[in-house]
Amino acid sequence: MSQRSRLNLIVVQMLVLSLVLAMLGRLFYLQVAAGLKYQNAALSIQSRDIVTPAVRGAIVDDTGLPMAMDRPGMVITVDRSVLGKMPDKGQAVLERVASLMGIAYSDLYTRTRLCGEIAFGKRTGCWNGTLYQPIPVTKEATQVQALKILENPDIYPGISASPVPIRSYPSLAGENAAHVLGYVGSITTADLANTSKQYYLNETVGKTGLEAQYDQYLQGTPGIKTVIVDRTENITRTATTTAPVAGNNIVTNINAKLQAATEQALASSVLSARAQGNKADSGAAIVMDVHTGRILAMASYPTYDPNIWQKGLTTAQATALFSDADGVPALSRAIDGTYAPASAFKVLSVAAASHAGYDLNANYNCPYSIKFGNQTFHNDDTKVSGSMSLQTAIAVSCDTIWYQIGYDQWVKDGGLHPKSNPNDFFFKNAAAFGVGQPTGIDLPSEASGRLPDRAWKLAYYKENKNFYCNYTSRAKPADLTPFLIAIAKEDCTDGYIVRAGDAINFAIGQGDVLMTPLQMTDVYAAVANGGILFKPEVARAIVKPDGTVLQEIQPQENGLIPASTSTLNFLHGALRAVATSGTAAGVFGNYPIQVSGKTGTGQVQGRNANGTAKDPTSWFASYAPSNKPEYAVVMMVSQGGYGASTSAVGVKEIYNALFGVTGNTVDPKKAIFPNGAPPSTLPKIDLRNATVKTP
Amino acid sequence: MTTYRSRTRNQGRFRNLAGYDRWLTFATLSLLAFGTVLVYAATKNWFASQHLDPQYYLKRHIINIVIGLALAYGTTLIDYRLLRAYTPIVWGLGVLGLIAVLTPGVGSTVNGAKAWIGLPGGFQIQPAELAKISIILGIAMVLAERDGASADPTDRDVLRSLAVAAVPIMLIMLQPDLGTTLIISAAIVIMIAVSGAPTRWIVGLLLLAILGGFVAIKAGVVSEYQIKRLQSFVDPTADPQQSGYQLRQARITIGSGGILGRGLFHGPQTNGRFVPEQQTDFIFTVAGEETGFLGSGLMLLFFGLFFWRAFLIAQRTNDLFGRLVCVGVIAWFAFQTFENIGMAMGLMPMTGVPLPFISYGGSSMFATLVGFGLLQNVHLRSR
Repeated sequence: MSQRSRLNLIVVQMLVLSLVLAMLGRLFYLQVAAGLKYQNAALSIQSRDIVTPAVRGAIVDDTGLPMAMDRPGMVITVDRSVLGKMPDKGQAVLERVASLMGIAYSDLYTRTRLCGEIAFGKRTGCWNGTLYQPIPVTKEATQVQALKILENPDIYPGISASPVPIRSYPSLAGENAAHVLGYVGSITTADLANTSKQYYLNETVGKTGLEAQYDQYLQGTPGIKTVIVDRTENITRTATTTAPVAGNNIVTNINAKLQAATEQALASSVLSARAQGNKADSGAAIVMDVHTGRILAMASYPTYDPNIWQKGLTTAQATALFSDADGVPALSRAIDGTYAPASAFKVLSVAAASHAGYDLNANYNCPYSIKFGNQTFHNDDTKVSGSMSLQTAIAVSCDTIWYQIGYDQWVKDGGLHPKSNPNDFFFKNAAAFGVGQPTGIDLPSEASGRLPDRAWKLAYYKENKNFYCNYTSRAKPADLTPFLIAIAKEDCTDGYIVRAGDAINFAIGQGDVLMTPLQMTDVYAAVANGGILFKPEVARAIVKPDGTVLQEIQPQENGLIPASTSTLNFLHGALRAVATSGTAAGVFGNYPIQVSGKTGTGQVQGRNANGTAKDPTSWFASYAPSNKPEYAVVMMVSQGGYGASTSAVGVKEIYNALFGVTGNTVDPKKAIFPNGAPPSTLPKIDLRNATVKTP
Repeated sequence: MTTYRSRTRNQGRFRNLAGYDRWLTFATLSLLAFGTVLVYAATKNWFASQHLDPQYYLKRHIINIVIGLALAYGTTLIDYRLLRAYTPIVWGLGVLGLIAVLTPGVGSTVNGAKAWIGLPGGFQIQPAELAKISIILGIAMVLAERDGASADPTDRDVLRSLAVAAVPIMLIMLQPDLGTTLIISAAIVIMIAVSGAPTRWIVGLLLLAILGGFVAIKAGVVSEYQIKRLQSFVDPTADPQQSGYQLRQARITIGSGGILGRGLFHGPQTNGRFVPEQQTDFIFTVAGEETGFLGSGLMLLFFGLFFWRAFLIAQRTNDLFGRLVCVGVIAWFAFQTFENIGMAMGLMPMTGVPLPFISYGGSSMFATLVGFGLLQNVHLRSR
């Protein structure tokens, strides 16, 4: 053997050895190093989860009456793996099912196809799940249809009918409560990504309102049957089966009857405001237990039917929910709408003035108008003028006194050249009342309103400086008046400074300050209960299906309003005077229940889409009974006109229901809470009776 | 004295069995046993679920092994140096088989390749498998039987050997059977290298192989079906329904076996038949899933043992023809093993070659065991 031959033989040996080692190395990597990863991959190839949805918990009112609950529905499912084995791919069977259901074959065809199987643009109604589980084609099958399918498996192979829960909002007391309850919908990829809980496709989840807030309790645990399939998707065996566990029920503080009455009162206020020539585009009304911060009723106008999601939302319906023309019904004005509080804000101004050293029991001059620099400010709500007590000034809603106080305080803080450490009595006081901060209510997406203090002014200036400094080139031609150009020039150079006008407007809740109706309710409840700002709560308890209480939600305080006993005493007197002899006397003058409150008529800048000037925001914020307050009731109608004529009238209707008032007589038996206060104990939940009544 | 005694003791009908290399025999029988179990595991549950005879493949596999062992034994009966005289005939038969398979009406097409000849009784033979032996013997003969006096083959010898190989390789490429072509080509280069031929030939042939592959793909000689397989090796998502799917499934199936495996007959991937061709081309996935790293690693060690003993035989013989036959068989087995197992593990592109000694398939089994017989033959005559 030659040397070269021998050498080459050794090289070949090395080569073969390295091939064997390479295989061993790769084998080690696949099976030992990455074995777990591939075991999981194999499991996901072989196993299919079949999800049986759990019964979602009910949402009941304070008496146990269900406002949201699952009712039994009948689902018809199509098993594509069975149809796929037929010579015509199941067309004949689907045609029979379509005629049984009374729908077009093409509709049923679409419903049984994966979205990927259908051309883009024709996918409406396609199935966004998998082929491994029977595809539901309707949840609203009748008993007759279900029986026909179940009794004739030879005519309907691969088709099945079984009971499924359907979310329904039965409106048993006539309530709508859409913005409180929210609604449920199919799980989306965003839901899957955003939650720590494991969801399965095709599960329904809460999308908004209580349904979203307490979804983790309401949801329950779906039953999972894991089956092992082969390559042709035939089930070879069942690996594990867990039964569904029903979700927990939520007991709320809402009283369904009161809710219905509140909604009616709000709707009629909106309609009457329109009859008086106002645009009245939307509104909100809230009833709160002043001792606990519990929400007894909360309405928003316009509203929508939460059942439409379960019936199958049409494109038109979905668009309408968020359309401006329809007033964006999806938006909850009670917690999401922010408005200039106007004179209802004077409760806060009184406290601020007291801190600034003003004597609440002194007399003040209330001229019709007052001039600061070259600008004139005048009263809006009242024609009365002259020297008067501060209480009378609140009752008749004199603004000029507050203009003067606001201006004087602004001057004391340095005016256009603010001191390095200004007192800012009005701003700091408002912050302590919760202006500019969400109340923390147990509902999603609460707005925080706006506290236009010095920090906000500076931030806003930084954001908009460019616009003001290039106003002539950026503004709309219609806004290029000499006055607006002059203001823009001012704002460009020192727009971050709190001006006299800002301070004057803030003192009467106008200008840049914005509050939600819920924040206002919380403030008036605090005045009524002696100063405690509560965290508003809609839910009262989480109760298991068997009745045991999982969690009772205790009242929670956000803090105390900065008002001394004497300030509170003054406010109690002044707010009562509003109803007896002030701006709301026309509504509550002879009312058999003693009501304390404050009207507000907020001027709104800007114009409607059709070019008309915006009508004022109508407020009435109140509590009752005056001597021993139980409830705070607030109504706000956007573009509703005067506070007294629109909102105070609506609030009175709510009190009528609350106290059982008819005309001038009180029938405690007709009161929503016959004991004079909301129930202190949890109700028993009985869903069976409710089921019978549902459509 | 010792040698004499052992010879007399084993005189009888199967006397040359005693002269076999025992470790090589042990490795071979172990691999055959392994393969038998795996073929059964790959088919038993599926056939049972289809209401077919679960032992259908097992029985036929055992028959193949028995025939193959008989062929191997037969191969060792005649001195391989005499066999050399018959090499032209063996070569001619191999080429005839390859021509027959391409003849319309004789060959049948499976997976886009004309590789099979159907025989009466449902049997099929794959001429390319048997042609491997023809080519190895042919090249060994040409390279060992040189005209010059030099110890190493001349350029002319190398050219003659390439001419001997070219005809059957062309015929195999026409089927087309890319995997077999690659394996035989690699074996030829190795044989030329070990023959002591000038180094420029080895370098040149390797370059030619690369160039040839490139031109073949560009010129469309390689079918689209083969390009797809290559593409899905580079990027398994390129053809997710077919080749990519199979490669991914194969890797998952092997990986999911872990260290100890899922147990024989208990592999969910195997029983669910997620990997195609799992009793033939993808049989290593069954070993991986059901016997784990311990079992399939042991199988690789048996292959290692086999190659080690085969190389010893190649080294010990003083006859160049015998050595080249050994090296040719080793290279054939080694590359085919690496191609098959490497494909299942994602190391090599997808080509349909069986795993020597393990995969179900008569032609391959016969050829493999004849190869084993050739190794033992050289061993018997070099003592």
